[in-house]
Amino acid sequence: MIPLGLKMLKGVPSVSDLFLVGNGAGFSGDRIDAPIPVVRSLVKRGLPAAMFFECLGERTVALAQLERRRDPEAGYEPMLERLLEPILVDCARAGIPILGNFGAANPAAAARAIARLAKKLGLPELRIGLVTGDDVSDRVNLDKLAVHEADAGLDMSSWKLVSANAYIGAAPLAEALAAGAQIVVAGRTSDPALAIAPLMHYFGWAEDDWQALAVGAAAGHLLECGSQVTGGVFWDPGFKDIPDPANIGFPIAEVGRDLSLLITKPEGTGGIVDQRTVKEQLLYELHDPSTYITPDVILDITGAHLTPSGQDRVAVHGLQGRQRPDLLKVTACYEGSWLGEGEISVAGPNALARARATADVLLQRVKQRGLARRARADLIGVASVHDSDDGALWRGYAGPEPQDIRIRLAVEATTRDDADQASREALAMLCCGTAGTSGARWRVTPRILTRSFLVPRDMVPTETRVLPAREWN
Amino acid sequence: MTQNIETPLHRIAHSRAGDKGNRVNLSLMPYDPALYPLLAEQVTEEKVLALFRHRGATACKRYDLPLLNAFNFVIDEVLEGGVNGSLNLDGHGKSHSFRLLAMTIEVPSEKLNRP
Repeated sequence: MIPLGLKMLKGVPSVSDLFLVGNGAGFSGDRIDAPIPVVRSLVKRGLPAAMFFECLGERTVALAQLERRRDPEAGYEPMLERLLEPILVDCARAGIPILGNFGAANPAAAARAIARLAKKLGLPELRIGLVTGDDVSDRVNLDKLAVHEADAGLDMSSWKLVSANAYIGAAPLAEALAAGAQIVVAGRTSDPALAIAPLMHYFGWAEDDWQALAVGAAAGHLLECGSQVTGGVFWDPGFKDIPDPANIGFPIAEVGRDLSLLITKPEGTGGIVDQRTVKEQLLYELHDPSTYITPDVILDITGAHLTPSGQDRVAVHGLQGRQRPDLLKVTACYEGSWLGEGEISVAGPNALARARATADVLLQRVKQRGLARRARADLIGVASVHDSDDGALWRGYAGPEPQDIRIRLAVEATTRDDADQASREALAMLCCGTAGTSGARWRVTPRILTRSFLVPRDMVPTETRVLPAREWN
Repeated sequence: MTQNIETPLHRIAHSRAGDKGNRVNLSLMPYDPALYPLLAEQVTEEKVLALFRHRGATACKRYDLPLLNAFNFVIDEVLEGGVNGSLNLDGHGKSHSFRLLAMTIEVPSEKLNRP
């Protein structure tokens, strides 16, 4: 038997003009069995390929950093082992490298966890690459930088910095692949970089080949949210139906040496890839379509168009790239206030009047006890997610009488205790509330607020280290 | 004679919302490309901004992408503090695509009969 560690990356054809990129997760919390059919499909097709996992939302690093403070070996993607265990051997055997920002706030601990998993699975030679440098909390003096974007109400004087991470680009990830990494662990990266890196490595794209990088960025952008390009957050029963929504296939991009790009999904899975799903995802979180900024390239989709290319296959044309920005985005996360939430239900005759009165009383209680900096009430079943903090929609509601309403109180409080006391006002309505009030739930959550800055690239040096699993301790 | 019918966008178009900071973007794509000019005429920046005024939205910019048969609306200051600062259950504002799709427009009746 050939030792797996040596066979890797050698058994695949290096002359293919097509490279496949599969996605196994679109956020921390995604379906953990999703990567399995993607890897099965990549293995079956036998073309050079890579898998990537995008696991970091804006706040995820900060929440992970809080975990790390509690336990120095924590702070990486909590589902890491569960995501990787079913696919690691198959990927290693087929020479399919895996990339992920699943290192979150502790990429080195994630590398060690992967090493333990690899050894357990009989892959002691698996080459694990670690990319660090995104964490700039000790290196960059944020006070001196201009604020790029900020959450409202961020009072810097009293709020404690939890994390500050730069969105790093594809180059250090590609460097790890060049050093033979079969799995690359990073913390904060730009989402598209995870897809650009294996393409850059395989096709030998230069760091200033804007046209090629634009295609890579578009592939990454379309895939980075997993099922969102294959039917997730798309299906709308009776209007946009998809097959088997319980088993949506996660996406695969086919990228050509000629810079062709096609989006598809594994056969035998649910979901759908058509022009509608690709358009929705292409425009997702996009502002000016001529200027989608990534650390590697500025993507312009104003000339983009799509053509169907068989079942669940859509080709993307007309992408343009421009020179990458000089500055990198750093997102800083702060703690310091608390979210208190309490909910209670009413149903049946006169539910709307009882719900409105309940909401008003909850707001009055919180106010007279001085528990909240801000408070809001929702009438779930009348108006909530579309409503404003002052309840303009539920107060002005004049539609048919709803039969079942959940009243939600939400407060921003200075202390954990204030948030807890406020949320318990919903509980107190079990006895003090309107007739037929029931079903109280209450909870308190620490709030993480973010602020982003732009920093020169040379303030964010990265480091790439590649070692076999047996050497990670 | 052509008769206009007031129709929710949901019947003729689809949309997805995305967020960045305290901004939301809403894509809008008619199922039938022939309806693109009609949407361009009726789904204006002003009308879309009006849907979100109650939340304090301050500006709306529409980008037209005719090659994709799509529009992209970018709405500022609509998330009441952004995903992290908001007290809303939907801090991301991802449900807002369906507020847009509830908007009604006037569609000639013969254009509604298409599948």
